[in-house]
Amino acid sequence: MEYVLIIISAVFVNNIVLAQFLGICPFLGVSNKIETALGMGGAVTFVMTIAAIVTYLIMYFVLIPLNIGYMQTVAYILIIAALVQMVEIILKKVSPSLYQALGVFLPLITTNCAILGVAILLVQKEFNLLESVVFAISNAIGFALALVIFAGIRESLDLVDLPKGMKGAPIALVTAGILALAFMGFAGIV
Amino acid sequence: MAKESTFKNMTITLLTITLLSSASLGIVYSLTEEPINEAKNAKVNDAVSKVLPEFDNMPTSQKFEREVDGGKITFYPATKGGKPVGTAIQTFTKNGFGGQIDLMVGFLPNSTIHAIEVIEHKETPGLGDKMERGKSKFSVQFQGKNPSEFKLSVRKDGGNVDAITASTISSRAYCEAVQRAYDAFITEGDIK
Amino acid sequence: MNQLTNFTKGFVKENPVFVLLLGMCPTLGTTTSAINGLGMGLATTFVLVMGNVVISLVKNIIPAKVRIPSYIVIIASFVTMVDLSMEGFLPALHAQLGLFIPLIVVNCIVLGRAEAFASKNTVAASFVDGLGMGLGFAFALTLLGAAREILGSGKVFGMVLFPDKYAMLIFVLAPGAFIALGYLTAVMNRLAKKSK
Repeated sequence: MEYVLIIISAVFVNNIVLAQFLGICPFLGVSNKIETALGMGGAVTFVMTIAAIVTYLIMYFVLIPLNIGYMQTVAYILIIAALVQMVEIILKKVSPSLYQALGVFLPLITTNCAILGVAILLVQKEFNLLESVVFAISNAIGFALALVIFAGIRESLDLVDLPKGMKGAPIALVTAGILALAFMGFAGIV
Repeated sequence: MAKESTFKNMTITLLTITLLSSASLGIVYSLTEEPINEAKNAKVNDAVSKVLPEFDNMPTSQKFEREVDGGKITFYPATKGGKPVGTAIQTFTKNGFGGQIDLMVGFLPNSTIHAIEVIEHKETPGLGDKMERGKSKFSVQFQGKNPSEFKLSVRKDGGNVDAITASTISSRAYCEAVQRAYDAFITEGDIK
Repeated sequence: MNQLTNFTKGFVKENPVFVLLLGMCPTLGTTTSAINGLGMGLATTFVLVMGNVVISLVKNIIPAKVRIPSYIVIIASFVTMVDLSMEGFLPALHAQLGLFIPLIVVNCIVLGRAEAFASKNTVAASFVDGLGMGLGFAFALTLLGAAREILGSGKVFGMVLFPDKYAMLIFVLAPGAFIALGYLTAVMNRLAKKSK
């Protein structure tokens, strides 16, 4: 039951993008097309889950026992940077087309605040290892969900007539706001 | 121009930078440890004085803790002129809408609730955050009530508590924390 | 470019938030009030300036291949310093900004300036660049924070302007952040175009 709560909360109620404001840069940058959105979502899921596991282990088995909890930020970001490098190398070999499509956004996953944010959050919420993995995967799914929905909306937005000042970022932001409003409705579920 | 990227150079650079980083952070940490602890204590002391009648001892120096339900309950006994005037109990719930909520509940010696102060919460502004004392009458309804007669659950669940409108989860969690404090108070028995 | 242009570009022409669209996460997440936005902006400015200066100082000693990890460690260290200092000396603001303080390390502005500017320019110029970009960021955040605070709670910098029953709560919540930023960006860009 606990796990269902974690999942629903992370995917819908406290959606990482629309409620917690993490992962906005790729959200605005990669969501023009549904396929790229899906690809980005997949890459983020992979990195987020492994990052959650590794940072969890490092925090509880190295940093805290050695009383250097304050090195959390430094250690975490290094781990994430290394992981993203690995994903890049693997992706280049396994799926060169996806690698091309994601382009410059792939190394940008390192600065995706969602990944670092989730890693820090699961320590704050005092999850155990299994709960942390569930939490990480759910948040990644929530991220992918927000991205894909938004990509769908944006594909239609491109065809609409807008005042010049609102084109691009402004209308995207207002649309995201309305989407966030819709997601607020999920608050009643839990 | 930048140094050559030989394996030796890269390793030495990274090691040096990491060492310098840990060293400088260690220094900053030791410098800020005191202020950080003081800030945390100030918050607790403030909460204790807000939930109990006048006292003249130092409850934080006489505090003791118990492990309850996977968390910590802290007791802050207060006395005036040597006579107990009440106990402030720091309690928690993990079931708030936004996560953990920490409360300070002030009990008089006969287990009547004197007042409750929110120490920390992550509830939604405008909804669950109405549990804070200044923001609505929610927390006031507990004052002067004795949990032996006043049922600490929301009316929806058969209790006597009026929940915050549209924030049933926050209200329930709040009640759970207060109940936990009461149960701990009763279990502890006579506090000297 | 001369140092004055270097400093002021961060405010309008190359404003990190309204023009470059960087640092969106803290922009949306910490602007529930003007003070929070200002606090966050200044904390980020500190990291930007210190990071730029140190990176510019060591740019010639660091082998090219480990540039990014080295910059990251340097930036992360300053972020941790800010985090610890705020926890000790400004606990209320620290609690309000919460998770977004350590997240300064992944603020695209910080690493972006380090890579694009500090690694190729003198220490003095990097200092000015960091200061300009940082204060421009702080300016944007304070502006958005003030807008959200006024519309959402009738206050600004904690001072009551009108009773909050006339305020639209949505602006201090998530959707309001997006919407407010969207319109503010449109307005700011319109003003920037007019002043050219």
